[in-house]
Amino acid sequence: MSSVPTTREVLTSPIFANNPVALQVLGVCSALAVSNSMQTALVMTIAVTFVLVFSSLIISVIRNFIPNSVRIIAQMTVIASLVIVVDMVLQDIAYELSRQLSVFVGLIITNCIIMGRAEAFAMKSKPLISVVDAVGNSLGYGVILMGVAFVRELLGSGTLFGHEIFVTIENGGWYLANEMFKLPPSAFFLIGLMIWVINIVQDRKG
Amino acid sequence: MEHYISLFVQAIFIDNMALSFFLGMCTFLAVSKKVSTSFGLGVAVVVVMTLAVPVNQLIYTHFLAPGALAWAGLPDLDLSYLQLITFIGVIAALVQILEMFLEKYVPSLYQTLGIFLPLLTVNCAIFAGVIFMANRSYNLTESIVFAMGSGTGWAMAIVLLAGLRERMKFNAIPKGLQGIGITFITTGLMALGFMSFAGISI
Repeated sequence: MSSVPTTREVLTSPIFANNPVALQVLGVCSALAVSNSMQTALVMTIAVTFVLVFSSLIISVIRNFIPNSVRIIAQMTVIASLVIVVDMVLQDIAYELSRQLSVFVGLIITNCIIMGRAEAFAMKSKPLISVVDAVGNSLGYGVILMGVAFVRELLGSGTLFGHEIFVTIENGGWYLANEMFKLPPSAFFLIGLMIWVINIVQDRKG
Repeated sequence: MEHYISLFVQAIFIDNMALSFFLGMCTFLAVSKKVSTSFGLGVAVVVVMTLAVPVNQLIYTHFLAPGALAWAGLPDLDLSYLQLITFIGVIAALVQILEMFLEKYVPSLYQTLGIFLPLLTVNCAIFAGVIFMANRSYNLTESIVFAMGSGTGWAMAIVLLAGLRERMKFNAIPKGLQGIGITFITTGLMALGFMSFAGISI
């Protein structure tokens, strides 16, 4: 980076212009697998936000004490401990939901966004700006995840957060649910199309 | 024997790590530009997976599972909440050891695989393989077979995608969709194709 970015840029650029999922292709695994309903997507976003914010904060605070040769292991330990906390809290307050998310909560550990931010930003920045960067990146992750989940749940089952929006034919309505959107491959198509839209808008801006 | 063969085939095709569970996607999409590199990465995944899953299986059954520490006189102890941090630690350590071993004794292989090895610590396919092993409580032989199958399935998927991408270089793709956009859509189509295996039970 040539110029020092302002706090505002750090917060907003990962949401759209430099989105971690769509443009840097990080953390895609979970984005695809849990995006079939708004509820799981929201819970996943909250979980990732929690882990990302706190791991950035902790790693940034202790960054001067981590020897360079073992930094990956040190980062992993911080992230893994936070994920265990999230996993246990989820199992306690929302057991059904944690069943649905199954291994994907554990997989937050290997979510490249978190490692990537720890490595690229938190290791060499002050705590406050690291937290801002973490919030920005989790928002970027959340926007894609919720966007994909919105389309998939609405077109796949006619509902949003479990509330019926389009009354399906099975329930005596008019909407014939498009089963393809319940299948995971549809998430690939949706993210592909989102990337297309983002690229076009970026080009227009110059 | 039949049980193991069906587990192997199931891990490759029906439960394909990349195309059915969408695991290891970051590296899958990022390192699939050339067939030769993706083949190298695929081999590295098979190797690390086949090492990491059985090793973690041993650690899990002898130390972490509920009641596993009965041999140490602690039958009530349940350390399974430590599984995530233990698994990732073991994977990271294994990758590091493998890297040092290859560098010292098999430099030619290190030249080809070396650059990919650090990537594999954060490859969700390997980590998920280990978690699946713990959730489905595989025994040692099953975990070896499962790991080889899943690794092979992942390697096959990335080589196939790289082959498609090499061909697509010559296609006229809309400007905004070039690069990663069209890769997502291609992978989606491949995954749809792989869903036809889903109904098969062996």
